[in-house]
Amino acid sequence: MSRKVLLIEDEPNIAEAIRFLLTREGWLVETHAEGSDALQVIQGASPDLVILDVMLPGKSGMEILRDLRDVEGMQSLPVLMLTARGQSRDREMAENAGVSRFMTKPFSNTEMLTAVRDLHAQATQS
Amino acid sequence: MATLNILILVCLGYVVLLFGVAFAADRMAAAGRGAWLRSPLVYTLSLSIYCTAWTFYGAVGNAARSGLEFVTIYLGPTLVMISWWWGLRKLVRVGRSQRVTSIADLISSRYGKSNTLAICVTILAVLGGTPYIALQLQSITLSFSIFAEADPTGLYREGSSVFWVATGLAVFAILFGTRNLDVNERHHGVVTAIALESVVKLFALLAVGAFVVWGIAGGVGPMMDRIDASEIGQWNVDAGRWTTFIFLSAAAFVCLPRMFQVMVVENADEGHLRTAAWAFPLYLLLMSLFVVPIAVVGLDLMPEGSNPDLFVLTVPLSQGNDWLAMLSFIGGFSSATSMVIVTAMALSTMVSNHVVMPIWLSTQEGSGSVSGDVRNVVLLARRVSIAVIMALGYYYYRLSGGGAALASIGFIAFAGVSQILPALVGGLFWRGATRTGALAGLTVGFLLWVYTLLLPGMDGVLMPETVLQNGPFGLGWLRPQALFGIEGMDPIVHTVMWSLSLNTIAFCIASLLSFPSPLERLQGAQFVNVYDHSVAPRGWSGSVAQSEDLMIMTQRILGAGPAQEFFQAEAEQQGGRSSLPEPTPAFLERLERELSGSVGAATAHAMIGQIVGGSSVSVEDLLAVADESAQLLEYSSQLEVKSAELTRTARQLREANAKLTQISEQKDSFLSQVSHELRTPMTSIRAFSEIMRDTEGLSGEEQTRYAAIIHDEALRLTRLLDDLLDLSVLESGRVNLNVGDDTLRSVLDRAVSSALAGSSRALTVRRSKTAERIPLQTDLDRLGQVFINLISNAKKYCDADEPVLTISAHDVGGQVVIDFADNGSGIPPEARSMVFEKFARVGVDKAGGAGLGLAICREIMQRLGGEITYLPGQGGAAFRVRLPMAYQQAAQ
Amino acid sequence: MSPDEDRKPSGVRPSLFLERQSYRRRRLSDAARLMPFLGAALLAIPLLWSDGQGTQEGVSLSSAIFYIFTCWAVMIVASLVFGFAARRMAGHDESEPETDRWQR
Repeated sequence: MSRKVLLIEDEPNIAEAIRFLLTREGWLVETHAEGSDALQVIQGASPDLVILDVMLPGKSGMEILRDLRDVEGMQSLPVLMLTARGQSRDREMAENAGVSRFMTKPFSNTEMLTAVRDLHAQATQS
Repeated sequence: MATLNILILVCLGYVVLLFGVAFAADRMAAAGRGAWLRSPLVYTLSLSIYCTAWTFYGAVGNAARSGLEFVTIYLGPTLVMISWWWGLRKLVRVGRSQRVTSIADLISSRYGKSNTLAICVTILAVLGGTPYIALQLQSITLSFSIFAEADPTGLYREGSSVFWVATGLAVFAILFGTRNLDVNERHHGVVTAIALESVVKLFALLAVGAFVVWGIAGGVGPMMDRIDASEIGQWNVDAGRWTTFIFLSAAAFVCLPRMFQVMVVENADEGHLRTAAWAFPLYLLLMSLFVVPIAVVGLDLMPEGSNPDLFVLTVPLSQGNDWLAMLSFIGGFSSATSMVIVTAMALSTMVSNHVVMPIWLSTQEGSGSVSGDVRNVVLLARRVSIAVIMALGYYYYRLSGGGAALASIGFIAFAGVSQILPALVGGLFWRGATRTGALAGLTVGFLLWVYTLLLPGMDGVLMPETVLQNGPFGLGWLRPQALFGIEGMDPIVHTVMWSLSLNTIAFCIASLLSFPSPLERLQGAQFVNVYDHSVAPRGWSGSVAQSEDLMIMTQRILGAGPAQEFFQAEAEQQGGRSSLPEPTPAFLERLERELSGSVGAATAHAMIGQIVGGSSVSVEDLLAVADESAQLLEYSSQLEVKSAELTRTARQLREANAKLTQISEQKDSFLSQVSHELRTPMTSIRAFSEIMRDTEGLSGEEQTRYAAIIHDEALRLTRLLDDLLDLSVLESGRVNLNVGDDTLRSVLDRAVSSALAGSSRALTVRRSKTAERIPLQTDLDRLGQVFINLISNAKKYCDADEPVLTISAHDVGGQVVIDFADNGSGIPPEARSMVFEKFARVGVDKAGGAGLGLAICREIMQRLGGEITYLPGQGGAAFRVRLPMAYQQAAQ
Repeated sequence: MSPDEDRKPSGVRPSLFLERQSYRRRRLSDAARLMPFLGAALLAIPLLWSDGQGTQEGVSLSSAIFYIFTCWAVMIVASLVFGFAARRMAGHDESEPETDRWQR
């Protein structure tokens, strides 16, 4: 069965790199670059995993995550959060918002793949 | 036969008794006991120092010479006393409320605290008092000589006895008149002693009188017959002298310094006047009751040519009644001593307060606090003054030779001090009376008195006989005893008539013509309307009610705890059973000191005075209180200033703190922005380089593409770092401007070509090249950087289908204004304030700049002395650059 | 000179009583003002007496003494009466009677 990941990232180059990596792993990668309608996009796409950037135009990743966790049936959706700001405060905020995994840019490709695999494995086991 | 030695012994014993009484009274008063010391009776008796040796001996002599004329000097005071309700009462009220210390002080206070006036009155009083003292010395000496004649064994020398009498009186006055400096100048010891003396002299005179009437004449009826049969048996009093003397003695009764001392200064309760109003005339009546009988009997019994002034002594002596003579001698001695002591005290107060102290203080100028010294200086000044006044009296006695009849010296003194009357009465009843008027009146009266009475009375010592006879320089109309050619008047009547009338006229006219100072007017109102300004005095009764009032007041000032402690301690110290202390002077003094620590000395004094003394608050008090309040106000305003300063500092600190916090937040957010801007390209670079490294079988196309991305992102990083460095340099102000000259047109040319170079998107730039021929003197590269940035922004963000950028330039009063407007949708209003901030990006970033471009532009324009602003209402995004045509260093 | 004549039963019309009181006080102080003039007038009478130098027989000294001392006594008594009256008037203002004050 095909695994679907939704990548919400406004930097096209980063989005392209992640898409390249995950496609080769057998993921179906959908991308979205806008923050304001991201919640609807997530609900509409019903992915197995969401990769969410924090700094998004329109609406920040934190808010999107917080709203997402309030939606029925979305509490257990694995969300991998990416941030370029590298502040410990962001990690705390993300964990409070209900993030599954938090990663700081720049990351190694292996890191990214491992994180995606782990999250998927956890989600399918439970 | 009483020997002279016994007489001297009795005298000394009597003096010792007086010392004892005065000492005991002082002790009792200090201890707060002995309320009887301040009774109306003692007050009335103390008034009887009016009856001096002059009246004691001289009245009989006067009666022997002129019949009933002597009663005039008693009738005058009687008239004054019975008019106490509107006369003396006012004087006493004013004296108490103004806390005057002497008649000179009263006159000076009334006329605006004029010390000149005080000095005038003092001189007048001393000149008038000196002959009077001499008179007393003379009477004592004469009485001594009577006994000396009768006692041939005694070694009596007139000169030395006068000297010792004068010395003894001076010592007594110094001991009891200057023992302490009381605020109210009350001397209980002296007053009590003179009250005792007045009893003694009345008793002595009554005893001699009774002896004469019943012992010699054989009853009242025979006495009356004897009187009618005598050489003075008919009413033969000169009308002028009768009227003048009644008036003169009335005036002197009020104006004499010693009378003022006992009547006003030593007055403890205004209500005492009520008693004295009838009791003192009664005393005077009793004093004069037997004068005519003694004179008549004396004339009958004594040999021709014997001195009628001494009949009081010689009549009992001639009858062999030595003890009665002794008693009579003691009575005369009492009269003389009490008068001399009080006069010396009153005069010394005036001399020290108005002559010595002002001089001393003016020599002490500069030394700040002299409070400790002043007490001693005042006391010393008074002691010396007493000694000097006594010495003056002594020398006057020696000078005049003791020849003149006692009565005439007395009237000279009366006429002298009466010169104060117009100023005094005018001051009490006429608000229009002024200092100038008082000075004029006093001067005129004083000069006339000296010229017409004092100098001629000295038997040619100071005034040649020729002047008396023919007038000065032969001017007959200026003859001292016949001014303006009016002859035949009695000398005293003549003097009183001229001096007092001219005095009054000068006083009135000068008052009407002059204008009083504000203080004078205030004091005038206080004096004339004293009943409106002062409360009815409650007396110096030392009641517990007063203590309660004091307690309440003290609590208000010191607070309940300390006040109660203070009063408790005082009560214990006094040893009373009551929890409240008696308001003794000592206690009040301590209380005042205690309070003055909190409210200032003048305020404390005024407050206690209100409760205890029944004194009204004088203008001086008010000024002092105002001064203290001003100091308090100043202090509190200083505090306010300080507290305002503190508030200001605190606000500044708060602002600084807020700024620091803000800066810290800005720094945090800047760092986080920078981090984001750096990490984002790094992420792409890392990801693609790993892909290229780790992925096998990448197509060549893919490899090229990914390498290009890595390259682009690396460039982006470089650009970002450049921008950051640029901004940092600009913001720190360490930028080196490279100022050069060129036209705006060429700067724009270079910027446009540079910005549009290698561009895939078409951007039409519209310019008006003629308008751009504006010479510029500025950093051309930096200005070009701004222009490039604006053009690139238009190129990047203008969302019109056919983007057009219009650049227009104007020269506005030495400033160049360049507008860059594109035809895109522009910047939304809410974002306009943000565009110049660092990392501000409007809308979706298209992976271009880091959002530092406009921030850098703003910094550059500030350095160049101009500005860059967003220009709304131009359709699309529009920016206005404004800069001076010539760069000025000051624009930094 | 006798304030007692106005001492009507009090309490009926207190305002009237008070007015009467202050009216009395005014007249009393008028009397006080008059007193010295009266005294001066009495003492001026001897000025009219003949001094016995002319044809008329002079006034004998004993009668002069009698006259003057009588006048004097009258003045003293008047002053005494006024003093008491004044104190009675003032007594309404003062809380404690004067006699108590100095006999302690």
